[in-house]
Amino acid sequence: MRALTAFAFGLLFGLGLLLSGMTDPNRVKAFLDVAGTWNPALGLVMGGAIAVALPAFALARRNSRSLLGEAIDLPGKRRIDAPLVFGAAIFGLGWGVAGICPGPGLVLAGHAAPGALVFVAAMLIGMRLAEWLPSRGA
Amino acid sequence: MLADSLAGGVLIGAATAGLLLVNGHIAGISGIFARATGRGVAGWQRAFLAGLLAVGAGAALAGLPVPHALSGQSLPLLAAAGALVGFGTKLGNGCTSGHGVCGLARLSPRSLVAALVFMGVAGVTVFIRRHVL
Repeated sequence: MRALTAFAFGLLFGLGLLLSGMTDPNRVKAFLDVAGTWNPALGLVMGGAIAVALPAFALARRNSRSLLGEAIDLPGKRRIDAPLVFGAAIFGLGWGVAGICPGPGLVLAGHAAPGALVFVAAMLIGMRLAEWLPSRGA
Repeated sequence: MLADSLAGGVLIGAATAGLLLVNGHIAGISGIFARATGRGVAGWQRAFLAGLLAVGAGAALAGLPVPHALSGQSLPLLAAAGALVGFGTKLGNGCTSGHGVCGLARLSPRSLVAALVFMGVAGVTVFIRRHVL
């Protein structure tokens, strides 16, 4: 049951990415290109997603268990530290070059697009490299 | 196009809300992918990942084309970008979904900083490649 609902939410998430235009690097870059012909459409993707998710997180804060009886697992880290800022900057550089972030990359890998398969394979290597770094402060 | 973007965002938000309230988990794609491909127990992460991949496979079966903006890019450049995305999201604990949607929706200052940094750097990167180089 848990795997089934997780699969269904993965499907829904992927459909949202596809419909929204996040899987098209041109539209992503047009959104990021504030100085050029800025296309604000993708702001609506984030705005729409946050508007729907916001009440769910408010509800989750007041409940310790999910509908399937699992502990609701919210991130515990609060510190704004160097790994957060450097990590976000490195991610932003890669996102700006390719125009795709992890979710759209995975949807396009399911499409068997060669570029996406290369992107996702390299993403996996990058993640494993980051895991080998000496332990960072909590 | 604006309506599609908004509708897509609402679906992403619904999937995020569902995974949180039904399964009890955060829909942060980079973290889910890192777990799903690791050695530990990752049942729900693998199931969620299968859902994402299935959408792409379904799009291929339905004859939807891969965006030209992806197929037209050089593979070495995509590999370098992918490695940066993987390294950065692991180091910074999240990507567009984990920090940009989940983190902002739960009003996390940490995620707000991360989202401002990655969107800012991505914007500058696009600016330099389009208007400077």
